[in-house]
Amino acid sequence: MSQTLRHDLRIIADWIRPGSRVLDLGCGEGELLSHLQQQKQVKGYGIELDDERVAAALRRGVPVLQQDLDSGLRQFASGSVDTVVLSLTLQAVHYPLDLLLEMLRVGREGIVTFPNMGHWRARWQLGVGGHMPMTDVLPHTWYDTPNIHLCTLRDFDALCHKNRIEVRERVVLDDRRRNTASNRILPNLLGEVALYRCAKAD
Amino acid sequence: MLKEVPILWCDAASKEWAVEELAMQRRILWLAEFFLRTPIESLSAVRPLSRLSLSYKPGGTLMPERIPDDCVGLVEYQDLHITEDLLLECGRSLPGYTLRYECYGTLNSARSNAILICHALSGDHHAAGYHSPTDKKPGWWDSMIGPGKPIDTRHFFVVCSNFIGSCKGSTGPASINPASNEPWGMDFPMVTVSDWVRTQVTLSDHLGIDCWAAIVGGSLGGMQVLQWAIDYPERLRHALVIAAAPNLSAQNIGFNEVCRQAIMTDPDFHGGHYYRYESKPRHGLALARMIGHITYLSDDAMGQKFGRETRLGKTLSYGFDIDFEVESYLRYQGSRFVEHFDANSYLYITKALDYFDPAAAYGGNLAAALAKVQAKFFVASFSSDWRFSPERSREIVQALYTAGAHVSYAEIESHHGHDSFLLPIPQYLRVMRSYLERMAEELGV
Repeated sequence: MSQTLRHDLRIIADWIRPGSRVLDLGCGEGELLSHLQQQKQVKGYGIELDDERVAAALRRGVPVLQQDLDSGLRQFASGSVDTVVLSLTLQAVHYPLDLLLEMLRVGREGIVTFPNMGHWRARWQLGVGGHMPMTDVLPHTWYDTPNIHLCTLRDFDALCHKNRIEVRERVVLDDRRRNTASNRILPNLLGEVALYRCAKAD
Repeated sequence: MLKEVPILWCDAASKEWAVEELAMQRRILWLAEFFLRTPIESLSAVRPLSRLSLSYKPGGTLMPERIPDDCVGLVEYQDLHITEDLLLECGRSLPGYTLRYECYGTLNSARSNAILICHALSGDHHAAGYHSPTDKKPGWWDSMIGPGKPIDTRHFFVVCSNFIGSCKGSTGPASINPASNEPWGMDFPMVTVSDWVRTQVTLSDHLGIDCWAAIVGGSLGGMQVLQWAIDYPERLRHALVIAAAPNLSAQNIGFNEVCRQAIMTDPDFHGGHYYRYESKPRHGLALARMIGHITYLSDDAMGQKFGRETRLGKTLSYGFDIDFEVESYLRYQGSRFVEHFDANSYLYITKALDYFDPAAAYGGNLAAALAKVQAKFFVASFSSDWRFSPERSREIVQALYTAGAHVSYAEIESHHGHDSFLLPIPQYLRVMRSYLERMAEELGV
């Protein structure tokens, strides 16, 4: 299990303290939570809407709640978990800012990951090719994509600044899912996936 | 000759009804053919038959020719007779009682693979299989229980018991009151969900099961599961609560009261002692069932099943006889129910439903009521269920989350209303299978 965990999920797992309470929004088949349960004795809940993925998460023994993230997190009390994870899902929800603020209400800390539209390949496809980018992390055509709120690192930083969200840590992975020194120098150009660990500043 | 429109779903009762309807339609068509000397095809062309027609084999019956491999097969019930008094929640006590139950599968030597099934209002201990080769239909949850089915009897030992107050074999208002030597009638003490759980604990002790691998139930059965997890947290590992609610809403209670009034105002009710007169409140009970049945279906399901279809495609009668298929269906359901259900039991069970409210003892705080549960929970609801809607299940989930319990929740898309929990809906079977397979793996059974 731990060997097959995607690199971005492994970084998220490293950010989570053993024995803590975790809510994974858009948990898919429960890979991350299953790993955290086994390796870090984390008490986790996943939220997932898709029928097939819910069944798969149940099969893994991950507590999963079938729910649409666009309906909000009202039922979860403030500060009821240590960390809320939103992995490659922010771009697919209707109200990303609302969800982000809700995450940071329910959890003391939030981990958000998203595909970076500022990656050089996306810029090349749009700027030179003149068409909407299609990459490994954004494999859909423009007319048939669940991804409706795409942003760049710079956009996300601005959103955090404006809404008093403190970024505690940031890792950027390139198109081969590596965290290299050059990524750190030119993150918005070389990073394909961004991982943020953040909290509400006040 | 007849249009063969397979219906994609139906419970056994509607299937029976549809077959009877179809047989009658066939008889009428045959008569029409005979008298009009017109080929039947032209008739059905001008008057399309009800969309309810089953794919019907002439001369065929509903009973499978051979019991399928994934069915538990022929089963027998057993009776547990308890002679000690049972002190009930209402303060009265029952001087001994009988609990009727059925078992499927094999109990392992560690006694760790037992699953208890809790039935709903009109259900009984006969959850799976057939009592005799001439039975028209199997137990009420045969789609869920059997070798290779989600509640897999190759791995699990499955027990289903009939609750007291019912009329299906366990002691109830139609049983003999030892004090008077005649049926209890309304002298039967009021029973509650907690009382049922305590009788099931006695059954567990009798079977030598200290801890159930899981307790599973839908609707009122789901409420029993919840009560089990609260009252006896150490005696179940998993709780599967399907299409249930943490208590009844005012609307739910309102419907129950209308049903009870229908029964109690029937001139044949005789204050609940109709057994003396060898009669029963047929009209009242049938009416109660008709009302109940509407709440089990959704508007969509009824629309899809009946629409405004008139009976036999006839024109409107401008009278008060049956015009629409839905009227015919409800009357059939009502009259059929009267044949196999006791009116007093209906009164007592609906009261037990009304009284169910485990949070009441904790100032209405369900999370506090669930604070001591040890079981892992699986909660499921159905999108079109308006009797116990998904919101009610989410209340349970939220309380379990707040209480820090291990909980999973599936909201299953279905337009069949509350009845969905009895139907073989693919996603429903899939999540149940996923959960129970994982559970079997964890338990090593």
